[in-house]
Order: sequence, then C-alpha cells, then structure tokens
Amino acid sequence: MSAAISHPAPAVVDEKNAAAALLRPMRYTSLAYRRMTLLLLMVIGWGMFCFIYQAMVGLGVTGLRRPVFWGFFVTDFVFWIGISHAGTLISAILRLTNATWRYPVTRAAEAITVFALMIGGLFPIIHLGRPWLFYWLAPYPSERLIWPNFRSPLEWDFFAISTYLTASSLYLFLPLLPDLALARDRSRGWRHRLYRFLAMSWQGTQIQWRRLELAIQLMAAVVIGIAVSVHTIVSWDFAMSIVPSWHSTIFGPYFVAGAIFSGIAALIVIMAILRRVYHLEDYLQPKHFSNLGKLLLTMTLLWGYFVTAEMITTWYGNLPDEMGTFWSKVSGHYAGLFWVMVLCNFIIPFPLLAIRRLRTIRGTVIASSTILVGMWLERFLIVVPGAANQRLSFNNWYGYYPHWTEISLSLATLCAMALLYMLFTKLFPIISIWELGAAKHNAPVSE
Amino acid sequence: MLNHDSPTTVRPRWAMIIDLNACTGCSACAVACRAENNIAITGPGEAAYNGTIQWMRIERTWKGRGRHFQVENRPVNCQQCDDAPCEPVCPVQATYTNAEGVCVQVYNRCVGTRYCGLNCPYQARFFNWFDYTWPAPMEVQLNPDVSLRTRGIMEKCSFCIQRINAAERQAEREKRPLRVDETQPACAQSCPAQALLFGDIDQPGGRFSANWRDTGLETLLPEVGTQPKVRYARRVAPPRSVLAAVPNSPGAEVEA
Repeated sequence: MSAAISHPAPAVVDEKNAAAALLRPMRYTSLAYRRMTLLLLMVIGWGMFCFIYQAMVGLGVTGLRRPVFWGFFVTDFVFWIGISHAGTLISAILRLTNATWRYPVTRAAEAITVFALMIGGLFPIIHLGRPWLFYWLAPYPSERLIWPNFRSPLEWDFFAISTYLTASSLYLFLPLLPDLALARDRSRGWRHRLYRFLAMSWQGTQIQWRRLELAIQLMAAVVIGIAVSVHTIVSWDFAMSIVPSWHSTIFGPYFVAGAIFSGIAALIVIMAILRRVYHLEDYLQPKHFSNLGKLLLTMTLLWGYFVTAEMITTWYGNLPDEMGTFWSKVSGHYAGLFWVMVLCNFIIPFPLLAIRRLRTIRGTVIASSTILVGMWLERFLIVVPGAANQRLSFNNWYGYYPHWTEISLSLATLCAMALLYMLFTKLFPIISIWELGAAKHNAPVSE
Repeated sequence: MLNHDSPTTVRPRWAMIIDLNACTGCSACAVACRAENNIAITGPGEAAYNGTIQWMRIERTWKGRGRHFQVENRPVNCQQCDDAPCEPVCPVQATYTNAEGVCVQVYNRCVGTRYCGLNCPYQARFFNWFDYTWPAPMEVQLNPDVSLRTRGIMEKCSFCIQRINAAERQAEREKRPLRVDETQPACAQSCPAQALLFGDIDQPGGRFSANWRDTGLETLLPEVGTQPKVRYARRVAPPRSVLAAVPNSPGAEVEA
C-alpha cells in the first residue's frame, strides 16, 4: 500500500549517517539530561507524597465539595486522554492515507499516546474516595459473585482505556521491531540483551516484512476506530449523566475533535523540543511543522465550530436549567477562564496557523502551547461549571478552587509524562530509522 | 431481610408525604436524623465550605418583598426515586433500589467515584471528605444500629432502614403482618407539626395510601422523570378573609 511498505529494505541510502545520528541520543547522555531527570523525579516524589497524604487523610484535602464532586482530577483525566490522541490517531491516519512526510513524525506521536494514556489512566484512581479499592472496577472472578456494574459509563471507561492502551502499545511496538533489531546488532551488554529480547529474532526476511506490513496496516485501521470510541466514551461520562449542561448529544464528536486538537498541539511541542535537544534539525524539518500546522488549523476551525454549536443552541433554547451554566461561563464566575480559553484556542492560534508566513516552527509552537493551555481550560470549564450549577438552584456553589494536592498532583503527573518520554528516547530511536531510510530510497523527504 | 422474600409475601413500598403547609422550618427533622443515623458533625469550617452532611435538610427560599415577603421551608431528603439516576452510574453497583423501594447505599462496596452525587438532581447525596470524629461526650450517644462511615464513601437518607428492618423482624417473630404506623423514620417521628407522613403506598385501605393518591401532591423536579417516593403538599395561601379574622396571625403578615 504505502511506498515504504512495498520496499521493505531498511535504511538504504545514507543508512550509516542517518542511523548513527538517530541512535546517538541513545548512546550519549548529557549532564543537562541527568539534572532534568533528577528534577522530575523530585517533583514526582512530591506528587506521590501528596497522593498518599490525600488517601490517608481523605479527599477533603482537595477543594472539592458538594455539588462540585469532580474537579481538577477529572479535568486532568480528560485532558490526558485527549493528548493521547496525538499519536495513534494522527500516525494511523497519516499511514493509511500514505502521507510520505510522516516518517520522522510517527514514532514520536505513538509514544505520546502510550505515555499520555498511562498518565490519564492514573487519574480515575487518584480521584477515588478509596483508591486502594480501584480493582473493584475490574471484572475479576470473586467468590461472592460480585461483578462491577456494566451499565456505568465509568465501567465503560475502564474497558475503553485498557483496550486503547493495549492497542496503542502494540501499534507503537510493531513499527519499532526493525529498529530494535538494528539496535540489537549495534549494541553490547544489557542493551544488547534487552533489544535481543524485544526484537523477537527479527531477521528482516521477506516473510517477516510482509507480515509486519500487514500487521501495521491492520493495527492502523483498528486503532482509529478504538481512538474515536475511547474519547466518545470519555465524553459519555458526562453526556450519559443528567447534569443539565453535560447531557448533550454533541459531546461525543466534540470531545474527539478536542482530543485530536490538543493531541496535535502536544506533538508539535514535543517535536520542537526533540529537534532542539537532540539536534534532529535534518529530520524534523520546517515542512513537518508546517504540515502538522495545517492539520492543527483544521482542528482549530473544527473546535470553534463545535463550541459555537454547543453554546448557541444552549443560548437559543434558553432552558433555565442550562442557562445557569451558560451565563456563569460567558459573563459570570467562570467568564475569565472562558474568554482566556477562546483566546488560547482560537484567537491566537488561528492567524498563526492560517497565514503561511507565520506557520513557521516558532509560530506553530506558540500556537500549540496556547492550545494546550486552552484545551485544559476547556475540559475544566466543562467539568466544574456544569457541576456547580444545579437544577435546584439553591444547591448552586461557586466555591470550588483547587487546593495544593490537586495542583501538585497535576504538575507531578506532567513531570511523570516528561520523564517517561525522556527515558523512551534513551532506550529507543525516537525517529523511525527504517521508515526514514526507505522513504529516502523512494521519495526524498525534502520539499 | 432476605428471609422475607417468599412469593406470597407482599412487600411494602415505603414513601413519604411532606406537608409544606404544616412545616414551620424548625429543623427538628434534621436534628433527629443526625442523631438517629450517626451523621458526622463536620464543624464550622466545613459548614462555610459546603462540607456539611445533612440527609434531611431544610431548604429555605424567599419570595417577594415587604408585605409580600414569603418564606418557603422545604424539607429535602433523598427523594427515593423509583427510577433513580444515581443507581446506574455507579461502576461498582454500590447503590440500588431494594425490594421495598428504598434506594440504599452499600457503604462497604462504595469506592467513592462520586458519580452518583453528580447525577442526583436533588443533591441528596453526601460524601465523607474526611474520617470524622464525634466530640466528647457525643460519641456515647451513637446509634448502635447504624454503621459509621469512613472517609471516601457516599451516604444518604435511607428512610431509616434500620427501623424498618427492626419492625419487620419483630412482626416476623410474632408471625403477623406489619401494623399501620409500626415504623417511621426519625424525621417523621420528631416533627412537632406532623408535616412528615411516612407509610406504605400499597397498604390496602390505609390512611397513608389514600393520601398518597391525592392528585394535589407534587414532586420535586417532575420533568426529570425520576418518580420520587417523596411527595410534597404544596403550600396553599388561606383566603384574605380568613387571615383578617385571625388576630396577630403570622399568616396575616406573610400573605398579602
């Protein structure tokens, strides 16, 4: 199907230089990297302390109170699951549409998916009143024949996220195989043993290539379906409830679009960091940022469309139950955050991405950074104002503010994501060597 | 409870009628409920931060100004919905409607996702944000029939299920059906104005079941379709002539 697939020979043209350059981050570790790791570990350690403290003392250490039962943790959960759509979905779509410029981008994206899912999956546990009993959500055989409640959207989440994590891990692993074999052949000691184990005796025979191609294509198709369903199910945590502003049919596609939106933004930011830190200027070129910027522009417009559709139908319908939430966002207690969100998600990124002259590496990175902030705010503004405005208006409560455990845990999980990603770049080539080699053989990546 | 479950036994269906004409807003129901059900006292700091637990609470709403000023005191507890939105959303099925129509919370099973609390349109569910303690000497008055709740779980009005169970066990020991008004929750028992009526909807010929079918009764948020088993008798203003005839009646000032 794709050019790379029909010519399975790995790394043909300047294999030596390319492979050496792309394996270099795995061989040399700078002092700055070690310092960064230490710093991240310290923040993660603080986060773990906060989690244990919160579990021991009770969730009262957070700012949550009735009726705002969900706050920062659920916001973080939806945000990270959204970020996870960077990888698999974007890389799978690019692979299926045979976009040849994708080669240096896909692995970085797929790794985001796996790690963001791991981080996102932590939050439903962190936010539990009794987190030590989280395994009760799993359908394990119990001698008392007690099963979880399969009618609950939270139970669907459990299955959706575990399926997505399995599929996206496979989808990360499969295209990694030839590169693992390459790393195996060029390493000694424990690394050699690790790669020999992971490469599963990959020899690069014709049969192996054919099967790998088939498996990757198949997983690309499967993973798109799973990714769309996962964020739809996450949105159904809200849409299936009867909380006035949450109970909305638009939430499924709205959340999926927002997920891809924030996912591309995360990918652009991470690519820019990789390019700078590991000197990958030859591989991550302005063209890649520009192309991803175009995708991001599409998603900016789509996001604007969804928000408009959501807000204008609420406003025109003028149902008293929903107007409380509406006005609290547009001109009330949450108006500041709401308009910052519009600024970050639309007003700043739109010109940066729409005007070709501005769609540079710097421009796309600025746009992506504001989008990441804006999309986090968007999730917050769905969760909290919806819970704060009740049908029985005497239950309304605008008193929710995050307390230190919530802020610490949000930061610590961000650091955990960064650390996982950094470790990944030290263990595995962050740019697919064999695909790039094959690409150069067939169609040069330069413009 | 389970040994009651023979096919020949007709199980009662418990319900409550709250008469807003009689309610004076004295909060005796809320206090009685707290004492009966070992409800934690969370303190003034938490009270200022929406952190109180009140299975039965009085919601006060104000209407009008000056001579038209009107207060409505509405006792609100779990509305014991026939079609309870809190139940399907719990991932571990820690809450369900039992055979007698009471929406019950299984404390041991609850893991604290708090989804039920969000999906309750009446906000009748409360979360244990901390492990609460009772300041001395209040710990000696704890009710031994009601379990204490730990941090991290939801709780709510149970229609004093411990009293219902005790009455049913007693009736079973004496091999007879439940008598009319043999059991009632602490709130109904303590209401000085008798604004809270508790009983079995299906009891044939009973006073409660006749009242229950009164079409003048209303439910909270009927549009949500939860079919509560708590119904309210709407406050009806007496005619002016009646008020004028009663000297110094509080109603004369309230109802213009």
